[in-house]
Amino acid sequence: MDDDILLLINNISVVYSDVIQILKGVSLSVRRHQIVSLLGSNGAGKTTTLRAVSGLLKPENGKVTEGTIEFDGRPIQNAPPEAITRMGIIQVLEGRAPFKYLTVEENLRAGTATRWGQPFKKDLELVYHYFPPLKARKDRQAGYCSGGELQMLAIGRALMARPKMLLLDEPSLGLAPLLVKEIFEIVRRINEEQGTTIVLVEQNANMALQLAHYGYVMENGKIVMEGPAVDLRENPDIKEFYLGVAASGALKSYKEVKAYKRRKRWL
Amino acid sequence: MEFFLQLLINGMALGFLYGLAALGFVMIYKSSSVLNFAHGELMALGAFLFLTLSVWAGLPIPLVFLLTLAGSFALGFLVERLFLRPLIGESLIRVIMLTVGLSAMFKGLMLFIFGGNLHNYPDFLPEGLNLRFGAIQIPSVYVAAFLMGMLFLGVFGYFFKYSSQGIYMRAVADDQTAALSLGVHVRRVFALSWAIAALVAAMSGIILGIINGINVHELSAIGLKVFPVVILGGLDSIGGAIVGGVIIGLLESFTGGYVSPSLREVVPYIALVFILMVKPYGLFGLVEIERV
Repeated sequence: MDDDILLLINNISVVYSDVIQILKGVSLSVRRHQIVSLLGSNGAGKTTTLRAVSGLLKPENGKVTEGTIEFDGRPIQNAPPEAITRMGIIQVLEGRAPFKYLTVEENLRAGTATRWGQPFKKDLELVYHYFPPLKARKDRQAGYCSGGELQMLAIGRALMARPKMLLLDEPSLGLAPLLVKEIFEIVRRINEEQGTTIVLVEQNANMALQLAHYGYVMENGKIVMEGPAVDLRENPDIKEFYLGVAASGALKSYKEVKAYKRRKRWL
Repeated sequence: MEFFLQLLINGMALGFLYGLAALGFVMIYKSSSVLNFAHGELMALGAFLFLTLSVWAGLPIPLVFLLTLAGSFALGFLVERLFLRPLIGESLIRVIMLTVGLSAMFKGLMLFIFGGNLHNYPDFLPEGLNLRFGAIQIPSVYVAAFLMGMLFLGVFGYFFKYSSQGIYMRAVADDQTAALSLGVHVRRVFALSWAIAALVAAMSGIILGIINGINVHELSAIGLKVFPVVILGGLDSIGGAIVGGVIIGLLESFTGGYVSPSLREVVPYIALVFILMVKPYGLFGLVEIERV
């Protein structure tokens, strides 16, 4: 196996409540120290893929029924989240999920759960270094912070665990474009300076592909396309469907836009 | 005036006991949102454990004390492990019904072993705790109740506010999925909160036992009085539990002294209704934060 690959998802199927199949044979790999972005429309299975990796399927009554997930060469499919987080995978949940009644700093300290008992002062400083607004708000209850601050808090909280891999679930959700840009820039710096591998689930394909090294496109529980982010950005179908730039100027019919899917299927 | 002061002191001491009893209840509610109807039985279990070890086994009191605390800590842990853990993920009402069942089971068990009679501890509190100011006398148990209340309040206040484990516990109470995503050991947090709750319950059970004697029915009835106390103080506030306890204790004591002893059981509940009309989250409860 390629030693450079940190996460390897091999043909997994995920079923909720024993009947609802969400993922139907998803395979993807994530290289060390890279940012990989996972694109797709609502209900494509992006979040489910992240949850399968982080072990958070179980609380939702979901299960990986087929295939394997390997992290650093070790199988982790269906392992409990306590074990997976301690291996260095932290998921930043969609919608940010702050601990509303805890102050900002207490929220950050909650991120130390995987390495309880170790000093965390330096990590706090690091988080404040990346997200200066958090420092100004550190004694305020998180429930009263703005959406942008909460997204910073969610990422910062995950950083406190010193993760090897961060799973970011739609960090741009409901944020002003400028703020999204700022947060993506910080994510890039974290990736470069800390060497943290990042899997980024996004609707905002444009931003995500500028940030990522590699990209996957999901639809209906399958990967329908993959490639280096640069190539994906130039791909006419992606341009049309996700970036909203039609080659001919007018929007093509749905059937044509979906052409890549059919192509992939018959390959 | 002396009568007033005496009532005040009695009420305060009683209130601290209620508050102490409520602490354990709040602990479980805070971490897992479960209302524990078996709290009075946990108190009684602690009291009986103390009785068994001190009177029947004849061990020295300090050792009995430590053993009881350790025992109830283990008991709380065990209860969570055996009965509550299988219900993780089930709807809250099932878990709450389970605690009702637990309460019946423990009560039956204790009646079976110890019978329904009143038992008494030997007198072991040091004479020095017996305070006297002029005509006002504070019995040593009341002093002990007060000291214990303060001690536990301080320890738990610090624990929840500053220790990492306390922060993890509050995080679990706040958003369980988010806590899981950060690797907080949610099951361990539940177990810990039950263990601590049982420990504090045992503590208050012992002191109540010294004051009134130990009787299964009486102690489990006091477990119910925890409800007005915590609702008054706010279900999720440690300080609120103590303040709520003291208010209920004072109300009982003054009503009993000035109005009529038969009213003292009712007045706390009447006051509760009025306070909740003004402050629906209780005095110190968390106000639901809603982002608009």
